[in-house]
This record gives sequence, C-alpha cells and structure tokens, in this order.
Amino acid sequence: MRISGVDIPDKKRGEISLTYIYGIGRSTAKNILGQANISVDKKAGEWSDDEANAIRAIISNEFKVEGALRSEVTLSIKRLMDIGCYRGLRHRKGLPLRGQKTKNNSRTRKGKRKTIANKKKATK
Amino acid sequence: MARSLKKGPYVDFRLENKVVVMNDSGKKSVIKTWSRRSMIIPDFIGHTFAVHNGNKFIPVYVTDNMIGHKLGEFAPTRNFRGHVNKKDKGKR
Repeated sequence: MRISGVDIPDKKRGEISLTYIYGIGRSTAKNILGQANISVDKKAGEWSDDEANAIRAIISNEFKVEGALRSEVTLSIKRLMDIGCYRGLRHRKGLPLRGQKTKNNSRTRKGKRKTIANKKKATK
Repeated sequence: MARSLKKGPYVDFRLENKVVVMNDSGKKSVIKTWSRRSMIIPDFIGHTFAVHNGNKFIPVYVTDNMIGHKLGEFAPTRNFRGHVNKKDKGKR
C-alpha cells in the first residue's frame, strides 16, 4: 500500500500502519480512519481501492505530511536562527532549547559523547 | 505554560507609550529598556531597542520576523567563552 509517497506496511492494523507516514501519529491516524469510516482494526492491505483513495484525499486536504512538513520544520528553525533569538542561538550550538541543564545528559541534542583526552580520573 | 489568549500580549505600558509617541511624531531613536518581558508587537517594527542583559544594553533592531517573541530573547544574559584547555590552565 502506498500513501503520500510512502510505503506503509500491509500487515499491520490501519491505525498503526498510517503512523509510518511522517507527520501522522496515533491520534491523527484514528482521526483519518474515523472520517473515512474505516475500522481502525482493518489491516492496511485489506483496504479496498475506494477506501485507500478516501484516505489519500483526507491526508492531502487536511494534513501536512512528509516533505512539506519537513521543510516547514526546517524553515521554522532557520527563522529562529536568522533572527538571533535565544532559541536560535541554542539551535546553532546544538544545545537544548528549553532551559534544561547541560551539565550531564542532554545527549539527544549534543550527540555522542566526545571524550576529552588526558582527563584526570577521580582518585580513590 | 503559555499565557492565556484572552489577556492578549503583555507589553510594558511605558514602553508601548514611548513607541506610540515616536510613531506618531515620526521620530526614531534608540529606546533603552529593562523590560525584557515585553512582547514585540507590530508597532515595534523598525525601531531599535537597547535591551538590558543585566550588565549592558544590547541593541536589538526589530524586524517583522520577531513579532511574538519577547525582547529578552534577543539579549543573552550569559557569556560562555568555552572551557579552558588543561595545558593552558597554568599560564593564565
């Protein structure tokens, strides 16, 4: 099954299957299936052509997904960086934006640990 | 927690007055302010604010992209110069 340029797994329930599209999570998936009047338990591979087209129509009319959404996110980040506000500066430095401590952790933003050479070990 | 919409944006009363007066008279000058918590509203576009960061006043030229942000976001309060290298430590 192909929807908005992505292959979604046929063997999973429609509600789960739709979440393989960037920009669609569980609640959006339920919402879409509700509007199209398809049971959330129906496997994606069992959708008829009409049902699949209905889903495609709903997604393209109401939701921003995949490429369009990705570019919107990048643009918003770029805007923050361009105006030089605090959040933009944090984006530039690759540090967390929302006031978290950075003494430890925050590895999601900082990436893999970079070990400093010759750092003294704690003495016993 | 975001501010309730029914209250509208918060702008320091005196600051807003100064901008309105300047817009009416068509003058432009740098406005010194400590009010970092004031939201930037469309009236502010094109003005320069000297926003206090606790130490100095940082000049902030307001463009239309900045609307909805607070003045303080543009005047960082911390100054991180990087960590000292172990080898250089003795020389300082």
